Amino acid sequence: MAHGAGGKATQTLIEAVFLDAFRNPLLEPLEDGAVFAAGGTRLAFTTDSYVVSPLFFPGGDIGDLAVNGTVNDLAVCGARPLYLSAGFVLEEGFPVEDLRRISASMARAAAAAEVSIVTGDTKVVQRGKADGCYVTTAGVGLLERDAPLGVAHARPGDAVLVSGPIGEHGVTIMLARGELDIEADVTSDTAPLNGLVTALLAAVGGKVRCLRDATRGGVATILNEIARASGVAVVVEEDAVPVRPAVRGACELLGIDPLYVACEGRMVVVVAGDGDGDGDGDGDGDAEGGVADAALAALRSHPLGEGAAIVGRVQDDPPGLVLLKTAFGGTRIVDVLVGDPLPRIC
Amino acid sequence: MSRRAVAVRIEGIVQGVGFRPFVYGLATRLGLAGVVGNDERGVFIEVEGGSAPVEEFLAALTGDPPPLAVIERISTAPAPVTGRGTFVIAPSAAGGDRHALVSPDVATCDACVRDLSDPADRRCGYAFTNCTGCGPRFTIVRDVPYDRATTTMAGFRMCADCAREYHDPGDRRFHAQPVCCPACGPLLRFVGPEGPGDPLARAVRLLREGGVLAVKGLGGYHLAALAADEPAVAALRSRKHREDKPFAVMTGDLAAARRLCVVDPAEERLLTGPARPVVLLRRLDDLLVAPSVAPGNRWLGVLLPYTPLHHLLLRGVGEPIVLTSGNVSDEPIAYRDDDVLERLGGIADAFLTHDRPIHIRTDDSVVRVFRGRDLPIRRSRGYVPHPLPLAVAAARPVLACGAELKHTFCLVKGDRAFVSHHIGDLENYETLRSFTEGVEHFRRLFDITPEIVAHDLHPDYLSTKWALDQDADLVGVQHHHAHIASCLADNGVDCTVAGPVAGVAFDGLGYGADGTLWGGEFLVADLTGFERAGHLAPVPMPGGVTAIRQPWRMAAAYLDLAYDGDVPEDLDVVRRNAGQWAAVVALARRGVNSPLTSSMGRLFDAVAAVAGVRDAITYEGQAAVEFEQLADPGVDDAYPCRLVETGAGFTVPGAELVRAVADDLRAGVPRDVVAARFHNAVARVVADGCALIRTACGLSTVALSGGVFQNLLLLGRAVTLLEERGFTVLTHHRVPPNDGGVSLGQAAVAAAMAAN
Ligand SMILES: [Fe+3]
Ligand SMILES: [Mg+2]
Ligand SMILES: [Zn+2]
Ligand SMILES: [Zn+2]
Repeated sequence: MAHGAGGKATQTLIEAVFLDAFRNPLLEPLEDGAVFAAGGTRLAFTTDSYVVSPLFFPGGDIGDLAVNGTVNDLAVCGARPLYLSAGFVLEEGFPVEDLRRISASMARAAAAAEVSIVTGDTKVVQRGKADGCYVTTAGVGLLERDAPLGVAHARPGDAVLVSGPIGEHGVTIMLARGELDIEADVTSDTAPLNGLVTALLAAVGGKVRCLRDATRGGVATILNEIARASGVAVVVEEDAVPVRPAVRGACELLGIDPLYVACEGRMVVVVAGDGDGDGDGDGDGDAEGGVADAALAALRSHPLGEGAAIVGRVQDDPPGLVLLKTAFGGTRIVDVLVGDPLPRIC
Repeated sequence: MSRRAVAVRIEGIVQGVGFRPFVYGLATRLGLAGVVGNDERGVFIEVEGGSAPVEEFLAALTGDPPPLAVIERISTAPAPVTGRGTFVIAPSAAGGDRHALVSPDVATCDACVRDLSDPADRRCGYAFTNCTGCGPRFTIVRDVPYDRATTTMAGFRMCADCAREYHDPGDRRFHAQPVCCPACGPLLRFVGPEGPGDPLARAVRLLREGGVLAVKGLGGYHLAALAADEPAVAALRSRKHREDKPFAVMTGDLAAARRLCVVDPAEERLLTGPARPVVLLRRLDDLLVAPSVAPGNRWLGVLLPYTPLHHLLLRGVGEPIVLTSGNVSDEPIAYRDDDVLERLGGIADAFLTHDRPIHIRTDDSVVRVFRGRDLPIRRSRGYVPHPLPLAVAAARPVLACGAELKHTFCLVKGDRAFVSHHIGDLENYETLRSFTEGVEHFRRLFDITPEIVAHDLHPDYLSTKWALDQDADLVGVQHHHAHIASCLADNGVDCTVAGPVAGVAFDGLGYGADGTLWGGEFLVADLTGFERAGHLAPVPMPGGVTAIRQPWRMAAAYLDLAYDGDVPEDLDVVRRNAGQWAAVVALARRGVNSPLTSSMGRLFDAVAAVAGVRDAITYEGQAAVEFEQLADPGVDDAYPCRLVETGAGFTVPGAELVRAVADDLRAGVPRDVVAARFHNAVARVVADGCALIRTACGLSTVALSGGVFQNLLLLGRAVTLLEERGFTVLTHHRVPPNDGGVSLGQAAVAAAMAAN
């Protein structure tokens, strides 16, 4: 199966196999987590598995990645993460020392995100049947807010932001595999986003349309999900997308586009423009204006959002497409990759 | 004297080209009676009179038709004699000629050029004069039927004088839909610095003073500057963000073209013909053209004026001008008046524009001459939408969606293939929209509702993605099979009769049937299928698409293989790229973002970088183009390259060629000799590969296609070797060997498969 890159092939696999088998209204939107009411309380619930190689890399390891990933999936549903589970699949002979290190890192990450790991499971498989250590986390969070968030909620006039420089985690992992003779000062961006989300919602709560953490497939894939689910165009200014020079340099060398590189502590934010069905009824037609700036200020006031930026806007035409305004004023189509990126130039 | 009557039916490009007045004139001269008219299938004629004059009439119909007419089919049948006394032109029935063929745009004819400078003529100096023999067609047609009301001339009401000419069968403007004059037609407008004089005079002055002028042409806006004025041309380059790609030059006439370039008879025919493409000509060793026009290029793209406005402008300026598409970098050419100021405002100092809208964006065509015949590089204005005949007719209508770069699409009805104008590189939203709107336009113009949609196999081509969303029977056509099929269709080969051919498809890359990137392919192919008989040995492209932009990366990948990991450090290419060399080699060895390719274009890139031509490119194919020009055509020897038979076919060890190049350079062999030896080696590879295929399959016809065969040195040597060995060789004459021809190939494949 060539389904690993987080592109369209993975999406097709999910839709063809799992959605088909499990179909229900909660699963159907294929969001990062499910949101539902139980006993009068509204909850968010999510799960994720981690198979990263190497297990330890600059800026983090599989442990804090597994905690932060699930925390983030809950946070972008608008929920306050509460409890996590942790499941381990270990290859026979996996060093106990490494497992301790991973556990300690998970504990630190949980403390930082103010969540507790309250249940777990461990399986050991024969040597060669797994690659060291896999971690699966699930989490529940409490929804304290009514307005629904989701990729289908973007509307023309909305502004699009990212919470910080992109591509750092993915590039770090590629370089940390140690196969390449590349030295670069890059560390993973893995971090819990719930504090940042809280700060954002406190500032512009009613105006937030959609939050997504830009993991596999990177920012480009998230923007495409938004464009398709909402039936809108997302127009991104190439120059506005924050990328650290070290990441840009490494991407150059590797021949990859930072827009498609995974982050583990960055999110895409869509906020309403003023006067476009956002309910404030001031009808001033201001496309981004106050709300976007307020959202930007809120993100930047938090340590994890210092590098946040307004990167684009939502418009009605052409529906379903993400367009990148290049430095020359052209509009390149940023599409979902069907498989591993293959050059198209003849 | 016996009287006889005949009914004639003619199909082809016979409407809007002066066919009815021609028939009328012929019949009245011969004293015949009858009628001529247009209908939805073409032209119908009933003619009666004496036996001999009727015979003469029929002979002249096919023997001496109007210059722009293309008769595809003609049938005659006896008809009842009615005894009528006159010959008349029947008015078109309402809706009658809905889907008659629309002709391509035609360069201003000699008669109209004469009117331009005749002080007694009311169109003297008028930039929009035309007649049935010339003028805009495809670019102004909005819809069918082809009538003034459905063109962008609809807003101009004919004055009484023009109306009289339009209705007079004896006038050369009879039923010329865009007929007009200064009293009733489009007018020029100058947008730029204030100053005295009419728009043309101000535009001429601006050019003569070294300015950059945007000029509205037939299919879009051009940017112009004095070709001899280095600062002006350099300014145009930097504002357009076009670093090295050559500009074309328009000269006032053939004599002026000859002052810049060598023009052989075939090139002269092309330069002065009705299609008026840019012709790539061998440059004279001169200083008449500024260095920035075509830096380091032995060839110069030259075209002659093709609209009255061009004639007037060139006459006013009095010397050649650069004329390049009005766009920034690789964007599509600007053609709409409402966005042109915004799009070109940062490039042009002034605009020479007018109020006749352009309906379809159409770039200039580009053609080279190879052995006295056309070798199209880009088929667009002047050629489109003239249909190409298919040897195997499509049982059901086909839409072929083309590739990605240099994109065209193709619609097929019956045995007619309508290859679209050049759409551009399908990676921008504007070009994607040109594609989808173009398809709609062609469907309406030619009344084709496709039931079969053919597409490339590359999953990330926008054309593929669009095709997969269509509600039709889908036919995926492998890229290089499409290249070979386009060459077969181009040459009218019917494989159901002639059998399969050995197809050599060398290009940059295309998606292979095995999911790797192909591009140095030997196929045994007919229209309905192919087998991969041989190919270049695959190598990694370190950094994927970056390896295309930076040919030195291909050099690194190839050299690492050629020297088995121990590349001599004294090679210049290694020294120049020492900072990233190890990292890029590591990418290649580990296969990190390094897809495998058997592309011949990438082998040329690698060798060009090793030979020091360039490490990074600013336009597609640049390294290979410059490498071709480096080669000394007087050198005949070649590097050895033994094909490796694998049981399932053969592979070509490209790394051995790279090694030979590197060893020669280290030994101090001049670069022009090295470049020639490499070209000769690739030509031998072509011939040797085809010989192997002939041994295995008994074929004797070879089709050469793919963008690499735009390289005339390689093409010439390969054809010579193949012919020496007794092969019949097919090359391209109607559509480009590059990806601009892929849509025709896809269409031919889909049509042939539907016929099975
Ligand atoms: Fe190609
Ligand atoms: Mg997730
Ligand atoms: Zn004329
Ligand atoms: Zn008039």
